[in-house]
Amino acid sequence: MVRRTLTALGGGTALLGLALLGQIVGLITLAGVLLSFMLGLVFAFPPAVRLARATIGLHRSLVLRLTGTRIDVPYLPAPPPPVPLHDGWYRDGRKLYRTPLIPSFNQRLNWLFKDPATWRDLTFLLMNLWTTGLVVAAPVLLAVLGVVRLVSGDPLGVVWTALGAGVAPWYAPRAVRAYGRVAEAMLGPTRKARLAQQVDRLSAARTEVVDSQAAELRRIERDLHDGAQARLVAIGMTIGAAEELLETDPNAARALLGRARDASATALQELRRLVRGIHPPVLAERGLGDAVRAIALDTPLRTHVTVDLPGRPEAPIESAAYFAVSELLSNAVRHGGAGEVWIDISHQGPVLRVTTTDDGHGGADASRGTGLNGIERRIGAFDGILAVSSPPGGPTTAVIELPRAFAAPRRSPIADWRTIVIAMCWTLCWIPLFPQGLVTMGLKLAGVRVKSWFLAMHVAEPFQWPVIIGMILLGGAMLTTGVVLSARQREAEVGVCA
Amino acid sequence: MRVVLAEDLHLLREGLVHLLRAHGFEVVAAVESGPELLDALVRERPDVAVVDVRLPPTFTDEGLQASLEARRLVRGLPILVLSQHVEQLYARELLADGTGGIGYLLKDRVFNGDQFIDAVRRVAGGGTAMDPEVIAKLLVSNARSEPLALLTPREREVLELMAEGRSNAAIGQRLYLSESAVGKHTAGIFAKLGLAPSDDDNRRVLAVLAFLNSR
Repeated sequence: MVRRTLTALGGGTALLGLALLGQIVGLITLAGVLLSFMLGLVFAFPPAVRLARATIGLHRSLVLRLTGTRIDVPYLPAPPPPVPLHDGWYRDGRKLYRTPLIPSFNQRLNWLFKDPATWRDLTFLLMNLWTTGLVVAAPVLLAVLGVVRLVSGDPLGVVWTALGAGVAPWYAPRAVRAYGRVAEAMLGPTRKARLAQQVDRLSAARTEVVDSQAAELRRIERDLHDGAQARLVAIGMTIGAAEELLETDPNAARALLGRARDASATALQELRRLVRGIHPPVLAERGLGDAVRAIALDTPLRTHVTVDLPGRPEAPIESAAYFAVSELLSNAVRHGGAGEVWIDISHQGPVLRVTTTDDGHGGADASRGTGLNGIERRIGAFDGILAVSSPPGGPTTAVIELPRAFAAPRRSPIADWRTIVIAMCWTLCWIPLFPQGLVTMGLKLAGVRVKSWFLAMHVAEPFQWPVIIGMILLGGAMLTTGVVLSARQREAEVGVCA
Repeated sequence: MRVVLAEDLHLLREGLVHLLRAHGFEVVAAVESGPELLDALVRERPDVAVVDVRLPPTFTDEGLQASLEARRLVRGLPILVLSQHVEQLYARELLADGTGGIGYLLKDRVFNGDQFIDAVRRVAGGGTAMDPEVIAKLLVSNARSEPLALLTPREREVLELMAEGRSNAAIGQRLYLSESAVGKHTAGIFAKLGLAPSDDDNRRVLAVLAFLNSR
C-alpha cells in the first residue's frame, strides 16, 4: 500500500516534470511554427516538429512504464524519397530541380504539416502542464506548499501537508491512471489514423500478393509451355510417323508408339509435379490436417502431428497454411539438422494456429532466410503473423496465426430463450416497479384512497404492504435480470468477433 | 474373373472396360460415383475391383472411402485403387487392416497393359500391388532407419520390388537373377530387418510393408 502510494507519487512528480519540459518544448515548437508561417522561415518547421515528437515519445514511454498503457504511434508514414525522371531531373509540382534536396524537403514539410497528429501533439504540449500535469501531482504540490508556508512561519501550513499526505494513498494511483487515459486519448491514433494505417498495410500486402501471383502464373505458364505442351506436340508427331510406317515397317511403327507412350508418361509426371505446386491434391481431398500428415510422412524426420479443427478453414487460408508448414518442415530438414518435429494445428475461435517445433540446432533468422520471408509474405495477405523462436542450440519453434480462418458462428435468426427472457424483462419490468409498486406506495403513504387498477389497494388491509413490497422486489429483480443477461450476451458477441 | 470398375471419366472408363475384357475379365459393374461403388461392391462381391480415388459427388477421396468401407463390411475384398497422385497416407490407410488383396497404383500404370493386368491379377489373388513411387516415398521417410542402412545395394533393389508386391519369380525375372538367388537375398533382408521368414509371397510382402510403415 505504502509502496504503491510512493510509486504513484513519484510517477506523478515525474509526469509533472515532463509536463514542464513539454511546456518549454511546446513554446519552442510554437515559435518554430509561427516563424515558418508568419516570416516564411519554413526550414524551422521540421526541426521544431521533430523536437515535439521526441518529447511526446518520452511521454509515451513514461506512461507505458507507469500505467502499462501502450500508446500507439499515430503519425502518417514518411513519404518515399523522390525518384528522378528519366533525364535525371527531379520534378515537384510544375517545377524541375537538378538535385532531390528541395523536392524532398517539400514532401517532408507537406507530410508533417498535413498530419493531424502534429497539431494534436502541439496542443497537448501546451495544455498538459495546466491540466493533467497539475492534477496528477496535486498531493505532492499540496505537501510542498504546506512545507513552504510552515517554513515561512505560517503554522496552518501543516493542514496543507496533512491534506496532501492524507489523500495521497487513494488519490495518487488513480490520478496516474487517469493521466494515462488522457494521454492515450490525446496522443494515440484516432480512428481515422488507424484506418489510414490499416489501408497502407493492406495495400502494401495487396501489391505483394499481386506481384507474387503474377510471378507464379508466369512460372506455371513457362512450365506448361516447355514441359507438357512440348511433350504433347512430340507425342502427336511420333504417332503421326508411326501411322505412316504402319503398312511398310510395322516393327518400327511399334517402336515409335512405345516412345510416344513413354513421352506421355513423362508429361503426366511433369503435370503432377506442377499440380502439387499449385494446389496439392491431398489438400483438396482431405483438408489441412491430413495434408500436413501426408507431407510429414514424406520427410525423413520423426513427426508428431496433432490436429484440432472444427471444420475446414476457408480455402485460400488453408492453402497458405499448408505451404507455410511445408516450408517450415523443409527448413527443419535442410538447415535445422532436426531429427524430430512436432506439429500442432489448432484453433481459437476464428483464429487458426499452427505451431511447429523441432529439436534441431536452432539459429533460424527471419531477417536472413528467404524461406521465412516467403511464409510471412504469403500469410501476410490474410493478416497472418509468423513468430519464430530459434535460439542457437535449439529448439526452433515457429508459430503461425491466421485470424478469420473460420467464419464466425452466425447467431441463429430464431431467438433463443435468453433473448426472450431479456425482452420480457425489459418490456414488463416497469409495471410491477412503478404503477403497482412505487406509485401505490406513494399513494398509500399520502393516504389517498384510490383503487383504480392498483392491485394492492384491492386486497385486505393487512396484505397491502406485503403486496406493494413484493411488487417492487419483482420489478427490481426483472430489471436486474435484464441488465445482467444483456451484458453477458454482449460479452459473448465480443468474444466471437475478437 | 468378375470385376467392378469405378471411374468417372467416360473415356477412361470405356478404355479400362475394353482392356479388362480383352484380358478375359468379366466387368459386372462399371460405375461412376462413390455411393454407386459401395453399393456395387457389397452387392456383387467381385473377385477384384478397380477404383479411382477421386469420384463424384464430392470429387474428393470418395473412391478411397467407399473402398475402405467396403473392406470393413467384406473383409479382404480385393481392391486396386488408381489415382493421379500417390500418397503414403492413403497407402497406410489401405494397408492398415493387414489382410492383403490391396493395390495402389498411379493411373499412368494403365499405359502398360500387361503390367497393369498382372497387378490386377495379383490383387485378385490376395497379393498387393504398390506403386514404385509409394515405395520410393516410404524409403525416403525411413532414410534414418538403421536396419535399412545395413542392406547391400542389391538387397535394397530386391526390397523395393518385394514391397511393390512382386513374387520371388517376378523379382528374379526383373533383376536377371535365379529364383534361388532372390530367395537368398530375401532371407538376408529378413534377417537384417529382424522379421520372421515366411515361404508365402503375400505374407512376406505384408511384413515388409508393415516394417516400412511402422515409423
